[in-house]
Amino acid sequence: MSDTATATSPPDQPRILDREPLVSNNRSYNWITERVCGIVENRQPALWWWLFVPSVLLAGVTVFCFVYLISTGVGVWGQKQPVAWAWDITNFVFWIGIGHAGTLISAILFLTRQKWRTAVNRAAEAMTIFAVVCAGLFPAFHVGRVWMVWFLAPVPNANAIWQNFKSPLLWDVFAVSTYFTVSLMFWYIGLIPDLATLRDRCKNGLRKTLYGLFSLGWRGGNRQWNHYEMAYLLLAALSTPLVLSVHSVVSFDFATSVVPGWHTTIFPPYFVAGAIFGGFAMVLTLMIPVRAIYGLHDLITAKHIDNMAKIILLTGTIVGYGYCMEFFMAFYSGNAYEGQVFLMRTMHGPSVWYFYCMFIFNVIFPQLFWFKWCRKNLIVVMVVCMFVNAGMWYERYVIIVTTLERHFMPGSWRTYDATWVDNWTFIGTFGLFMTLFLLFLRFLPVIAIGEVKAILPQADPHANDHHEKGVHELEIEAGKVKVA
Amino acid sequence: MARTTLKRVHGYLAEFDSVQDVYHASEHIRDAKYRRWDVHSPFPIHGLNDAMGVERSKLPFFVFFGGLTGITIAFLLQYITQVMIYPTVVQAKPTNIFTTPAFFPVMFELTILFSAFTTVFGCFAMMGLPRWNHPLFTSKQFKKFSDDGFYICIEARDPKFHQVETKAMLEKIGGKNIELVEDEL
Repeated sequence: MSDTATATSPPDQPRILDREPLVSNNRSYNWITERVCGIVENRQPALWWWLFVPSVLLAGVTVFCFVYLISTGVGVWGQKQPVAWAWDITNFVFWIGIGHAGTLISAILFLTRQKWRTAVNRAAEAMTIFAVVCAGLFPAFHVGRVWMVWFLAPVPNANAIWQNFKSPLLWDVFAVSTYFTVSLMFWYIGLIPDLATLRDRCKNGLRKTLYGLFSLGWRGGNRQWNHYEMAYLLLAALSTPLVLSVHSVVSFDFATSVVPGWHTTIFPPYFVAGAIFGGFAMVLTLMIPVRAIYGLHDLITAKHIDNMAKIILLTGTIVGYGYCMEFFMAFYSGNAYEGQVFLMRTMHGPSVWYFYCMFIFNVIFPQLFWFKWCRKNLIVVMVVCMFVNAGMWYERYVIIVTTLERHFMPGSWRTYDATWVDNWTFIGTFGLFMTLFLLFLRFLPVIAIGEVKAILPQADPHANDHHEKGVHELEIEAGKVKVA
Repeated sequence: MARTTLKRVHGYLAEFDSVQDVYHASEHIRDAKYRRWDVHSPFPIHGLNDAMGVERSKLPFFVFFGGLTGITIAFLLQYITQVMIYPTVVQAKPTNIFTTPAFFPVMFELTILFSAFTTVFGCFAMMGLPRWNHPLFTSKQFKKFSDDGFYICIEARDPKFHQVETKAMLEKIGGKNIELVEDEL
């Protein structure tokens, strides 16, 4: 009987029903420190430079486009009535959605005690912050006179007029700025022990001074860890409703309007699921190459990628449900305007192919993850994630632009065309995002060193005395299974 | 004239091999009724608070009031500006106490924001950070704490501290590389 054979196997073998190890090859604490700090301390591979230089140039393109926009006027963007929100808000919602996976991994998976999160949470949180930076640019510049953007802050303007706090646009300002601030603090708190590791490893000099400054004199005392862990738990507990609220508030920008195609109650959950979906795809898009380039296979194992692929499958299916439910409600409500929007989207509108790209990329492709070999095959995973990244951009485009193109009055219908400024501003933000991410790889530990060490089997103080028993071991004790 | 450096004893620092060793050593020191001591490790050790007899962090207590401040500020900001100072009537929608639900999103966000600030700064205050220097940093071996070293430091200001007995106890419970950490005054 094979089960009993495993039950009586020597203690160094995995016990029955043991989970796959989160760090493979029984790595030591020191190995993890060396490997992760090595990324920061050694010379970067040539590929890093091959990615960094074009990214900086692309980021420069965004800067140029914004300078051109400010000096010429918002007319350089392709939006006119009725499509007053076009690529700017599409890009804003796209980027802010990317950020959500980071918070999901660091907060929700922390609260639900998913220990596999530790290998990817640092990079995912960094991604969150950089994505929100990219997102924030668009609403700031779409107001046109960007130097007037302080009108969004809750201070009265020169005529003593206050902002309209009943407007979802102002809620958005509060939601996004709170999200950015809290994500940044969460990320920094997590970094402190690892910055101390870097500080203790480098020789005296500028690096030592800077890591020393930012690690705040961390000494890893348990009396410190006690408060630190509580702070981490509290931040996770605060970030969880926050991340759900941010994309809900973003969806209120649309859902509280009277525009057919926007005015739906499914928007908040559907936006949140879409954000997590798109964000996870971006985490995988970034982490699979990072894992290969820096040899992090023992820390980010096949199991991690498998888990994230499953989350993509789940959220992708929720998003698919959202799409179908929008159609069903348009039909079931009997509202002619609502129905017309969806007919235009799928049958005879000017941007029909955007809809089909969205649907195929976001709903059909992730269904491949039902098959284990697809989740195990990194090329398949990368391809699906790329499609999902693109698909989520199409989703925002479909919601925003195709809805506005066919507004209430047929007389004012107009097809939207993006200009070169629209295109390059958006493409350039990828450069900005990549620049920030590559700098992060260069100067900060890409994996949460302390947290990964804490999930090693030898980090359990009770590892040798009274461990919990596997189901079969309990059955052997109870005499249900005979040991040969 | 040669300068004399004055030194002050900070305490004994002892290294332990593993999480299990440091855990059991902590139980011993707790039972020996030491108070001014700490375990330094590269990651938080599960259950060590009980082994050390350290109480649960009081941080949530402060964070509650942080959140309360946030929600109050958000409500006052919106009520005073929208109802009292400058009622903005958009699409004939009134602003009064009954329109408070429209203020909920901002109240929610500021509750989170203020709670998060209280968490971060409260946590720093309770951890005694930021701190540029500390006597323990004079120890050469202490650097290992952030890699794979587990240390226990019993401070000299502990009422039970004794130059000979404390060292003997640390040896008895498995401490290695025991070092008397001294700090320049």
